[in-house]
Amino acid sequence: MHIRNTRDFYAGLVFLLFGIPAMVLSRGYQIGTAAKMGSGYFPFLLGGLLTVLGLVILLRSISRCEGRGKEISFRAKQTVLVLSSVILFGLLLRPLGLLLSTLILVLISSMASFEFKMKVAILNAFILLIIVLIIFVYFLRFQIPVWPSFLTGRT
Amino acid sequence: MELLSNLALGFQTVISPQNLLYCFLGTLIGTLIGVLPGIGPVQTIAILLPTTFALPPVTALIMLAGIYYGAQYGGSTTSILVNVPGEASSVVTCLDGYQMALKGRAGAALTISALASFVAGCFATFLLALLAVPLSELAFKFGPAEYFSLMVFGLIGSIVFASGSLIKAVGVIVLGLLLGVVGTDITSGSQRFSFGISELADGIGFVPLAMGLFGISEIIKSLEQREKKKMLSKISGFWMTKKELKASAPAVVRGTLTGSLLGILPGGGAILASFISYMLEKKISRDPESFGKGNIRGVASPESANNAAAQTSFVPLLTLGIPPNVVIAMMAGAMIIHGIQPGPRVIISNPELFWGVIVSMWVGNLMLLILNLPLIGIWVKLLSVPYRVLYPAILLFCCIGIYSVNNNTFDIGLTAFFGFLGYLFAKLECEPAPLILGFVLGPMMEENLRRAMLLSRGDPSVFFTRPLSLAFLLMAFAMLIIVAVPAIRRRRKDAFGGGGEELSKK
Repeated sequence: MHIRNTRDFYAGLVFLLFGIPAMVLSRGYQIGTAAKMGSGYFPFLLGGLLTVLGLVILLRSISRCEGRGKEISFRAKQTVLVLSSVILFGLLLRPLGLLLSTLILVLISSMASFEFKMKVAILNAFILLIIVLIIFVYFLRFQIPVWPSFLTGRT
Repeated sequence: MELLSNLALGFQTVISPQNLLYCFLGTLIGTLIGVLPGIGPVQTIAILLPTTFALPPVTALIMLAGIYYGAQYGGSTTSILVNVPGEASSVVTCLDGYQMALKGRAGAALTISALASFVAGCFATFLLALLAVPLSELAFKFGPAEYFSLMVFGLIGSIVFASGSLIKAVGVIVLGLLLGVVGTDITSGSQRFSFGISELADGIGFVPLAMGLFGISEIIKSLEQREKKKMLSKISGFWMTKKELKASAPAVVRGTLTGSLLGILPGGGAILASFISYMLEKKISRDPESFGKGNIRGVASPESANNAAAQTSFVPLLTLGIPPNVVIAMMAGAMIIHGIQPGPRVIISNPELFWGVIVSMWVGNLMLLILNLPLIGIWVKLLSVPYRVLYPAILLFCCIGIYSVNNNTFDIGLTAFFGFLGYLFAKLECEPAPLILGFVLGPMMEENLRRAMLLSRGDPSVFFTRPLSLAFLLMAFAMLIIVAVPAIRRRRKDAFGGGGEELSKK
C-alpha cells in the first residue's frame, strides 16, 4: 500500500474516527422504524454516511488515479503551547483563581511566538491582568473566582 | 404602507439610547476587528457573544449585526493601506485599492469604499425589509418535508461555494450534523453521545465549538509564520475627482445588485460576492488591463458587493430560519441562546426585534460612514500592535468568555479540543466553515425528518412528491452537478485560488 495523498488519507481517517463510533453507539440507543424514529435513527444514518465518506476519501488517497498531495507541515510546538495554555487555564481557574491563571495562560501562550521575549510577555501579562480586572470583574461583574481558593477558603 | 409602519416600529426600537449605544459599540468593535488581520467577524462574534447575555435580545442582536457589517467596513481599510486584507471578503479590494494608495490616491480609495459600502448597505436594508414579509408568509406554507429539503439545499449550497475538495466538505457537514445531535434528544428525552458527562447533557456548546474551530485554530495557524513589518502608505486627499466619481457610480450600482442577490443564496455571502462582482466589473470593462493597477471601479464594485451581501444574507435567517453562511449561522446561534428560534415566526412574535434589527443596519451604516473616515488615523495605529502581544490577549478573552457562558471549566477544555480539530482540518485541507452550518441545522433537520416521515407513515417518497420539496432537492442536485463538471470546477478553483494566494501572503 502506498499513500499518494497524505492529506486526504488522514482526512478520511478522521472521518472514520468519528463515523464508526457514532454508528456503534447509536446501535445502543432506540433505533425505531422509519415512521417512528427513535433517538438512534438519525445519528446512525449520519454515522453511516460519515463512515462511507471517510472510506471513499481514504481509498481514493491510496489509489493510483489521485494526484500526489503536498506533505503536511504540522507545527507541534505552537499547537502544544497554545492548546495547553488554554487547557491549563480551564484546570487552574477554580483552584488558583483568575489572577494566577491569567499569568500562566499569557506566559505559556506567548512562548509559542517566534518573537518571544520573556520581558515583553511578563509586561503583557500584567497589563492584561489589569484590563481583565477592570472589564470583567469590576465593570461586567462576571461570576468568576479571582483569588486562589486556598486564600478565600471557598471551593 | 404596511412597510412604512413596520419601518417606523423599527425606528422606535433603535432610537432608544441603549440600542443606539450598542449599535454604535457593535460597529466600532466590528471596524476595529475588521482592521486587525487574522480575526474575522466569526471569531469576533464568538468571542463577544458571552458579553451580550446580560442584554435584552434586541440589543444583543443589534450589536452583533453591527460587528458583522462593521468588520466588512474595517477590512477594506487595511486592504487599501497595507495590502493586507483585514477580512477574507476584502481580499479583492487589495488588488486595486493598494495600487491606488501607491499612486497617492489612498484617500480617494478609502472614501469610495466607505461610500460604496454605505450605498450598498442602504439598498440591501431596503431589500431586506421588502422581502421579509412575503418570504416569511411563504415559509408558513412549508411542511416538515419542505423544511428538510430546504436545509439539504442550504447545506449543499454552502459546500458548493466552499473552496477545496467537495467530498471532504460533505464529510465536514455530516460531522457538524452529528455534533449537533449530541446531548438530550428532545423527542424521547434520552441521552446521546454524552458519555455520562453532565456538561454534555445540553449538547455541545455553540460558543466553545465556534471559538475553538475559528478562534484558537486561527491563532495557531498565524503563529506558524514570522511577523512581517507592514508598510504603510500615506493618506492624502479624501476627495475624489469628478472623473473618479463618474467612473465608480455605475460600478457601485452593479456591485450592490450582484451582492444583494448572492447574499440571499445559500453558501453565498460577502466573500463570494466581492470576488464575483470584481470579475464581472473586469469582464464588462472596456479597459480590463487597467484592473489590478489602481482602477477605482475595482474598489467600488467589490466593496459595495460585500456589504450588500453581508446584509441580505439575513433574509433567509429571519424569514426561513435557515442560515445561508457561517457568520449568519453564528447569528442563529446567538438568537437561540437568547431564546429566540429563528424562522418565520420571529416577524409575528417579535416584530420589534425583527424590524429593530433591520433598521439598526441602516442606522449602523450611517454611523460607520461618519465613524470611519475621521478615525482612520486611529485604525492605522492599531495595525502597529505586534501580533505577539495581541494573540495572548485574544486567547485570554476567549477563555474568560467561554467560562462565563455556563460558569463551567469543562467548556474551556472542549474549546481546546475543537481548536485542535480546526487546526487539523486546516492542515488536511478541510474547510471547517460548513461544520458550523451543519451543527446549527442538525437538530432542526432531525426534527423535520422525523415529523415528515411520521406524517407519511415511513414513506420517504414524500420528499419527491411535494412540489416545493422536490424543487429544493432538484436545485441542490443541480448545484452538485455544476460543481462536478470539470470546466466549472477549474474556474471555481481560479476564483478561490487567486484569493487563497493573497490570503496566504498575510
